[in-house]
Amino acid sequence: MADPMKIRATMQGDVADVKVLMNHPMETGLRKDSKTGQKVPAHFITTVTAKINGNTVLEGGMSGGVSKNPYLGFKVKGAKSGDKVELSWEDNKGDKRTDTATIS
Amino acid sequence: MNALRRNVLKGASGAGAVAVAVAAGLVTPTRVLAVSPRDAFDAKNMADAMKGMGVSSPADSKDITIKAPDIAENGAVVPVEVTSNIAGTTGIAIIAEKNATPLVADFDFSGGAQGYISTRIKMGSTSLVRAVVTAGGKSYTATKEVKVTIGGCGG
Repeated sequence: MADPMKIRATMQGDVADVKVLMNHPMETGLRKDSKTGQKVPAHFITTVTAKINGNTVLEGGMSGGVSKNPYLGFKVKGAKSGDKVELSWEDNKGDKRTDTATIS
Repeated sequence: MNALRRNVLKGASGAGAVAVAVAAGLVTPTRVLAVSPRDAFDAKNMADAMKGMGVSSPADSKDITIKAPDIAENGAVVPVEVTSNIAGTTGIAIIAEKNATPLVADFDFSGGAQGYISTRIKMGSTSLVRAVVTAGGKSYTATKEVKVTIGGCGG
């Protein structure tokens, strides 16, 4: 199981500003290990889903082109303080991770 | 792993019957569907990526703002922020034109999410960063050039 995500969600006016930091190596499968000269196998997040109080607000697909330990920032109108934000990702090896936070 | 297998696996893991339908050729993949099919992410050039996304000749738009550095010293971490002021924006895709797999990320919004996404991408070399925005079933695009001093795609 991968390390937990860091999620920070704050209200800015009537818009919730959500910032997420995922822990993931995001290997493209193209990089070579400097010691062995072998290609490092691809290992990256393929899908990301964000829900607020159970309703999907963001669905995303990613390739290995997203930087290591991906950062994601998005804004949701109509959310309010105290609402629950749930983030999940799945990678190309089938690993999954879901974390939640509360909007403050 | 071939594309069909990918789609079938995706369907089996609960990502939805849509992927299976696409694999079976019942539905042609278009931007009407949620996130782009995996084929688009595996595409090796921009034309194929766009095709995989179901986007053809998107219109240039001044209502899309791409915030990225003019010069990125480290191609492994290039902060990119895309804001779409087009009414009814439902999707934003980020493409680094010269990357080995140009389509970097694709996001679909619903339930009050704004046309805004902020992330960090890898860039192999100096190239245009392109945003493709979907709004009301149409596609719009904008670009910004980012100069990369040290590539971030390894090799």
